[in-house]
Amino acid sequence: MEPLTTFEIITRIFYQFTSVWIALILLFAVSMAFKRRLGLYGKLYDSPIGMVGFGLVMFWVFTGIFGAMDLIVTQDALAQVSGMKNKPPGTPVSGAEEGQYAWYLLGGDNLARDVFSRMVKGAWIVVQIAPLATVFAFMVGITLGLPAGYYGGRLDTILSFLSNLILAFPVILLFYLLVTPEIVATGVPNYMATVLFVFPIVFLAVLLNSRFYTQPRFRTPLLIGVLGVAIWLYLSLISNDGAIVQTSSYWIPGIPNILDLFDIPGGVLVVFVSVVFVNSPTVFRIVRGLTLDIKTRDYVAAAQTRGEGPWYIMLWEILPNARGPLIVDFCLRIGYTTILLGTLGFFGLGLPPESPDWGSTINEGRKLLSVYLHPALPPALALLTMVLGLNLLADGLREESLKD
Amino acid sequence: MGLFILKRVGVMLLTALCLTYLVFFLTNLYPNLEKLAKTQGNFRMSDEQVSSFLEKGGYLQPVPVKYGEWLGILPSYRHTNEDGSIQGRCILPGQTAEDSPEFCGILQGYWGYSTVFKDEVSSVVGTRLALTGKLMFWVMLLMIPSALLLGVLAGMKEGSKTDRTLSTFAITTTATPEYVSGVIFIAVFASSAVGLKWFKGTATSAMEHATFENFFLPVLTISLYGMGYIARMTRASMTEVMTAQYIRTARLKGVSFSNIVMKHALRNALIAPFTVIMLQFPWLLNGVVIVETLFNYKGFGWVLVQAASNNDIQLLLAVSVVSVIVVLVTQLISDIGYVYLNPRIRIA
Repeated sequence: MEPLTTFEIITRIFYQFTSVWIALILLFAVSMAFKRRLGLYGKLYDSPIGMVGFGLVMFWVFTGIFGAMDLIVTQDALAQVSGMKNKPPGTPVSGAEEGQYAWYLLGGDNLARDVFSRMVKGAWIVVQIAPLATVFAFMVGITLGLPAGYYGGRLDTILSFLSNLILAFPVILLFYLLVTPEIVATGVPNYMATVLFVFPIVFLAVLLNSRFYTQPRFRTPLLIGVLGVAIWLYLSLISNDGAIVQTSSYWIPGIPNILDLFDIPGGVLVVFVSVVFVNSPTVFRIVRGLTLDIKTRDYVAAAQTRGEGPWYIMLWEILPNARGPLIVDFCLRIGYTTILLGTLGFFGLGLPPESPDWGSTINEGRKLLSVYLHPALPPALALLTMVLGLNLLADGLREESLKD
Repeated sequence: MGLFILKRVGVMLLTALCLTYLVFFLTNLYPNLEKLAKTQGNFRMSDEQVSSFLEKGGYLQPVPVKYGEWLGILPSYRHTNEDGSIQGRCILPGQTAEDSPEFCGILQGYWGYSTVFKDEVSSVVGTRLALTGKLMFWVMLLMIPSALLLGVLAGMKEGSKTDRTLSTFAITTTATPEYVSGVIFIAVFASSAVGLKWFKGTATSAMEHATFENFFLPVLTISLYGMGYIARMTRASMTEVMTAQYIRTARLKGVSFSNIVMKHALRNALIAPFTVIMLQFPWLLNGVVIVETLFNYKGFGWVLVQAASNNDIQLLLAVSVVSVIVVLVTQLISDIGYVYLNPRIRIA
């Protein structure tokens, strides 16, 4: 078979993304139609910058999701096909079998794997980890930042010192110390996960308890239900193979395998934990600053006069009024987390070496960059457009939320 | 003011102590020590050999004791070998046990011996810091003026076409981490595949003598990422100043636009970026590590990678001390500088 021309490659890639285009068009059409009823999200469609940013982000989100469902990928992202090493884009697969896609659309990498499919699969890793890690970082930051700002005093001094401590640490040094197989073997990431993942549960419990404290008949079943599910998820998250921490010399039992919903491999867990760990002090500082500002407002004084408890005021008076800057920072922070994940991959830390995430593929591709461009450029551009989309989205949200 | 600085220095020292202890703890976990023993000896060592190696080096003492030895407040560990010779941290090759001092740590000015580079840590860090200093000097020279220019131009008239274009450019650069922009630059300007062989893809030769050809790409790569952020801050502060009352008064008096920008607005608009530039240093440190790895420039960032991947404890500690001090000192300078630049703030 003949190699594809540039035009054919572009058309074929465009065609591979059909499902993404359909999803994007549907999303935009529905949102545009109902934009007046959708609050801040609807207002996003008034700002061209915000729309472009949101489009870019959703493109990669849909790519990640459909890629995980094997809709977009053309080849197995991990399979090596002999004779395809470093082949340029559009090369027909040598000895393609019936039913197999006949070309490497963006060429082959140094281990003769399909660059295009790896890029698509890499999107799924980012789309899974980055938002989730950011959510956890926000939970930790909010749960600690609100009381620090609201109560002040010694609590504030201690927590601020701790957060400055982590912030003074160069991120890469921290990653090099934390994200190594040796550290995984000692179980340090498991301890950190056990501590860090408690915060969302505390957050949920306090949130619901402070709201429905006066209606015990409604509150008690609600708390039991929500916390039951949350604690179950928490235990499934932190325990692997029936153990929370498992090292060569000792182990701490977790929940048995039958009840364990999902297992997270040690490599992914340590990446996740360290990204949350690095991000939460910054969130803490932002929340603390916002709380210090908002607690002087009249409505807080009114709530205090009404006799509301401190946690109710923090979570139901201060937090909703701090949402604007927090949402903007959330978008920026997902972008930053994506960059951090890429950095980890770039230094070959954490994720397994054959993993198709963008950082690792860039790292692999850069070694032969002076001769072959095609393995390194697609993941680099993918990462660039995704982070750019998030930044534009944040900019659009900021502009729109400042308008009213 | 004096009290303020004194207090800050105290907090700084405490932070540095806590962080070095943390590094100490993490590098001294047993699997890390085992790795150290195997890279020092050979990879086929049995468990007994590993533990005897660690025993000889004094690695098996409790962590606080080892930390005290490193600081120089506890006498250093000595091990008597079977043949009667004594080895220890303070006893350098060629010295006898009687000649060497009992305490040797940071307080005595001894930073330890690097197991990777087979040299004293202080000299390794010194030479590498000088190389990175050269890199940073050019980065600053490129980054700060262009970022300020970009921000001031964009902030002069908010919402104008120039503003939109420059702001989009600034956002794009902040969204491009060094490992992406570096790869793109090498691909476009240095690879034989595109053919524009304007620059060199490695900066190894720039360590000896830097030329435009071999040094521009790494400098540009680091500068771009920080530039966008500083430019956006400058723009924000400039737009704020441009809407101030005294600018309007000057406008109404008939002062020309260029005069207003140069003489009235610029000075006040540059206070905020100063702090931001200072706080960029820790970020630049990350950039340095990535770019030095990417362009194979053997500076401080490269040493960090080497030390960390080989678990060279002494070197890693020195590296973290240096980087933590850089971060904390720049924070202090930015606080003090802010007070001097902005007369409305006074610290009692």
